[in-house]
Amino acid sequence: MALQSLDIKARSATTTPPPRARNPVHVAKLIDISKCIGCKACQVACMEWNDLRDEVGTNVGIYDNPRDLSDQSWTVMRFSEVEVEQGRLEWLIRKDGCMHCDDPGCLKACPSPGAIVQYANGIVDFHEEHCIGCGYCLTGCPFNIPRISKKDSKAYKCTLCSDRVAVGLEPACIKTCPTGALVFGSKEDMIHHAEGRIADLKERGYANAALYNPRGVGGTHVMYVLQHGDQPELYANLPKDPHISPLVSLWKGVTKPLMSLGIGLAVFAGFFHFVTVGPKEVEEEETD
Amino acid sequence: MRTTIQRYTARERSNHWVVAIAFILAGLSGLALFHPAFFFLTNLFGGGPWDRILHPFIGVVMFLSFVALAARFWRFNHFTPADRQWMKHIGDELCNRDERLPEVGKYNAGQKYLFWTVVVTVPVLLLSGVVIWQPWFAPYFPIWLLRVAVVIHALAAWIMILGIIVHVYAAIWVKGTVRAMTRGTVSEAWAKHHHRAWYREMTGK
Amino acid sequence: MTNHWVDIKNTDLVLIMGGNAAEAHPCGFKWVTEAKAHRKAKLIVVDPRFTRSAAVSDFYAPIRAGTDIAFLGGVINYLLTHDKIHHEYVKTYTDFSFLVKDEFAFNDGIYSGYNPEKRSYDKSSWGYQIGADGYVVTDPTLQNPRCVYQMMKAHYSRYTPEVVASICGTPKDAFLKVCEMLAETSAPNKTMTIMYALGWTQHSYGSQMIRTGAMVQLLLGNIGAAGGGMNALRGHSNIQGLTDLGLLSNLLPGYMSLPSDAEQDYKAYIEKRAFKPLRPGQLSYWQNYNKFFVSNMKAWWGDAATAENNWCFDWLPKLDKGYDLLQVFENMNQGKVNGYLCQGFNPLASAPCKVKVSGSLAKLKYLVIIDPLATETSEFWQNHGEYNDVDPAKIQTEVFRLPSTCFAEEDGSLVSSSRVLQWHWKAAEPPGDAKGDQEIMAGIFLRLRELYKKDGGAFPDPILNLTWKHRQPHAPSPEELAKEFSGRALKDVTDPKDPTKVLAKAGEQLNGFAELRDDGSTSCGCWIFSGAWTEKGNLMARRDNSDPFGIGQTLNWAFAWPANRRVLYNRASCDPGGKPYDPTRKLIAWDAATGKWGGSDIPDFKPDSPPEDGMNPFIMNPEGVARFFAVDKMAEGPFPEHYEPMESPLAVNPLHPKNALARANPAARVFKEDWATFGKADQFPYVGTTYRLTEHFHFWTKHVRLNAILQPEQFVEIGEDLAKEKGIKAGDHVRVKSNRGFIVAVAVVTKRLRTLDVEGRKVHTVGVPIHWGFMGVAKNGYITNTLTPFVGDANTQTPEFKAFLVNIEKV
Repeated sequence: MALQSLDIKARSATTTPPPRARNPVHVAKLIDISKCIGCKACQVACMEWNDLRDEVGTNVGIYDNPRDLSDQSWTVMRFSEVEVEQGRLEWLIRKDGCMHCDDPGCLKACPSPGAIVQYANGIVDFHEEHCIGCGYCLTGCPFNIPRISKKDSKAYKCTLCSDRVAVGLEPACIKTCPTGALVFGSKEDMIHHAEGRIADLKERGYANAALYNPRGVGGTHVMYVLQHGDQPELYANLPKDPHISPLVSLWKGVTKPLMSLGIGLAVFAGFFHFVTVGPKEVEEEETD
Repeated sequence: MRTTIQRYTARERSNHWVVAIAFILAGLSGLALFHPAFFFLTNLFGGGPWDRILHPFIGVVMFLSFVALAARFWRFNHFTPADRQWMKHIGDELCNRDERLPEVGKYNAGQKYLFWTVVVTVPVLLLSGVVIWQPWFAPYFPIWLLRVAVVIHALAAWIMILGIIVHVYAAIWVKGTVRAMTRGTVSEAWAKHHHRAWYREMTGK
Repeated sequence: MTNHWVDIKNTDLVLIMGGNAAEAHPCGFKWVTEAKAHRKAKLIVVDPRFTRSAAVSDFYAPIRAGTDIAFLGGVINYLLTHDKIHHEYVKTYTDFSFLVKDEFAFNDGIYSGYNPEKRSYDKSSWGYQIGADGYVVTDPTLQNPRCVYQMMKAHYSRYTPEVVASICGTPKDAFLKVCEMLAETSAPNKTMTIMYALGWTQHSYGSQMIRTGAMVQLLLGNIGAAGGGMNALRGHSNIQGLTDLGLLSNLLPGYMSLPSDAEQDYKAYIEKRAFKPLRPGQLSYWQNYNKFFVSNMKAWWGDAATAENNWCFDWLPKLDKGYDLLQVFENMNQGKVNGYLCQGFNPLASAPCKVKVSGSLAKLKYLVIIDPLATETSEFWQNHGEYNDVDPAKIQTEVFRLPSTCFAEEDGSLVSSSRVLQWHWKAAEPPGDAKGDQEIMAGIFLRLRELYKKDGGAFPDPILNLTWKHRQPHAPSPEELAKEFSGRALKDVTDPKDPTKVLAKAGEQLNGFAELRDDGSTSCGCWIFSGAWTEKGNLMARRDNSDPFGIGQTLNWAFAWPANRRVLYNRASCDPGGKPYDPTRKLIAWDAATGKWGGSDIPDFKPDSPPEDGMNPFIMNPEGVARFFAVDKMAEGPFPEHYEPMESPLAVNPLHPKNALARANPAARVFKEDWATFGKADQFPYVGTTYRLTEHFHFWTKHVRLNAILQPEQFVEIGEDLAKEKGIKAGDHVRVKSNRGFIVAVAVVTKRLRTLDVEGRKVHTVGVPIHWGFMGVAKNGYITNTLTPFVGDANTQTPEFKAFLVNIEKV
């Protein structure tokens, strides 16, 4: 690799092992929802750094704009008004975007070699030049993140600013966050930082404050501090126990080699049948 | 001079081969995306994106042409009590002990099974394919349906490929068969031997 | 701000009220999160809406728009009755013990001296009792019923929790919870900061709201301390600089004031402002007024300003009344204004009652727009469909549009809310024909001066003699202007204690306002900025963020006025003996060894005055102490009293149900024709309030694609109850009407706007974000100030944008 920090740990549609000699630090972004004021500066930083400009849309009766992730919006804020306790309103604002799973479903589903890679530091990145636009990554993702561009039919999502991280910078959203709701560093440090935040939240009456680093996808390199860790679905339907769909695991897991083997076996069976039993020939004399 | 019997008209043969070519192209371009080992096949189609773009259109061609083909052959593929008898002798068939086999019409039970397999898998492939067809139709379906569709599509394709492998092998194995689809005729001996009932029907003998 | 942005991290409790810091000041709000993270500080938000600030708060209390004085009056009552006050502080550093004149009275909502016809007060009874020695009479025992403490206690005893709940719609338990949390900071080692903004200023009694907040802070001993203070969050990056430089019709630079019509005599003018101490041993720093004034006149008119001509005092305009925004548009509407220079201002969008503003602009002969953007004002005469439905054929105003630069296209200083003058450098060349504002102003000035030279005129002197010593007269540089406002010696300036010691040689930049003289030997364009550019260079350009005391006192970062002082009144952070109340957050302390005050900040005090001398911390006040009793400084009375907004859902003031005069602010100025434009609750039953969103800045960023993407289209917010009542669903288009016009917008239906129980009835609030108009790249929308009433604060005339009456219907 051109850059050591971009060593690839896993590569889509690749069956041989990756380079493993170097062991870069695992990185993580921590999103502390209890500190987030929903200012959307991260959305702007993302658009600016990545040269993205979504459409000027419309208001549909909520604060969320752009309405959803797209090829031009790799992160959006999702606003949820909830009353966890009777009479105590909370406005939970979640920055949505790629979670950079340790076991990335998108990568698992992708049929194009190298279109999706996972760097050794944990970042999951799409290499659009290898993307064929099949949309399989959509089926693999447990968080509904990748979006296929209407312009070029390629899949896009947050890169965790892999280009910035590779040269020792923090992602653009982290750089711009005014309240420190977004922090970035080694995954270990981020977990430690989160523990401090959770202790603080517990003191402030959030008994179920917790870190969101779901096991089902091997942990994530984007983690949340949630005031209500027991109810992640309050935060615009953040999945409680995300995992790669069993259908996708089935499809891209055992069936892929087994079916391929089955096809191979069928061909071989025919061949050996032919050389052992032989062809069915009809004696022309049979005719009158 | 050897006598021959017309088994397929020119139209039927053309139709068959349109389906066959579409199947091969769809199969290859589909397999290319199914397992990394086959990804090199995308090169046959001009690379990954072209593979992805062409595959569904080829699939539609295969579907439409197969619908025509199925319409042509539908009535010959109804199962009869004789087919059950034939199936009991499948071992004899495979071991070339043809003398023990019961009389067969235009198609034997194995051929009929293949016919119905394809009749089922092709529409399933089309429907599941439409659901995952990027970028035209997939955005209109929920992701859970996409997940179901990719699995069904793969499974249906697999079954169909296995069926066609048997189909192709049978044509090679049973000598004198291929010309039915290339020239449209088979020898009287071939017909008498493999499809005696059909032979009698065609010749009145 | 009395304190500064970074200092917020030192607080134990943040009260955001009358503002929405997280949303309107997201970058500064970071210091709140710092305080929460590192000091376990709590955040309270009191607001009609559950805002993005409330989203990260520890406690939120709803309040009806415009009732903050009732709420805070209730807090004062709570603190006094529960004795949760900083005793030593209030006894020593405030006017608690001062006796008030016997003539002073308060009857059913009206103070003594009221003239209902003029809607103003004769304030002669609003003062202290002055003894034979010329000083205020005090009662240190605080027993005298005329002492400020007793009078205040009596005044606010009416503001019981029940009354507060009924007026404000704040549930009683929520109000009491806020009181308890605030009361904890009466401990000497606890501080609270109050962060407010236009949510307080934009009321017909906004100044009094702020005063009430300040009184709470004084009772708790939180003024002058690190992590304390009354912190006004300014709405523009340089609006602090605007007021500092006196760009208001009644001000001179550095909060000096223009003479009134009656003040034709220079000496009397100075005497009235150079306050003599009202208590023994006090500094009363305004005694130096003449030095600031003369230096200012020397900066403006140089050699033409002499002792003989009273430093050109006669050349200053003498005010018959204030010429605030509302007054100017009133005059325009009456056809009394020919031309209007509109520089960096978009009044069609920013001023209340669009129909009046638009009509007024149409009566001008010419309108000059100096702005980087194509503003709505510059297009007021164009028909923009439903958003600006005018007939251009009927408007004869000639509009000139002079494209100017934006902040990133010029060098210069910006004054932040922290009073920090921070130099910034041009990042890009201006596009097209755009020129810097000073270049445009210079062009106009030089041509005017040429005309006066050539043709003479009624009164050419102030124009012909104006100092204009710029290297490029057509383009004065920011550096030249900065040096001018910082000040320089015209002759050698010597130490008054030792005349042989020269502090600044003739021609040198001055070190600060202590070197200003009233003999014409110094020149200074804005005394409070003095010292920003010294012989050491441009102190505003300093970028040393070292923090030697670890409490964010970065004295070598840029320059704070006055005198690079970061926390005002910081002497009050120490006990009378000169020891800090909280040594862990020490700002200054008395060092007996050196005989000087010092610490992490520049003392806001006479630096060598020992504690024994009894000089008090509030050196700008002639009393030396802070005032609970505002004497004659406020238009509507010495103690803030709750009044209803000019347009209120209540027909009477619940505190004075029988006195119609005391319904709304009795001292608020209302122009005759505007009375008819006010709506009544029967037709317009809902409380409207306007505000900003994080995604936009005023009417500018709708011209920016990125911001337009984040908030593309105009909307209004309503609560679920009102939505249900009116059959409105989220995303529906609704028409919001006031008695002055209507807007159409998308409805955001939210739990965040609660229905309030006020005086036994339900009150709904309609939230109206301001940012849209008919220019720019965001979706076009209506000017929200179509809805707002043409009335302002009685003291500042800041328009009442935060509480008015509307109705709403589904389109």
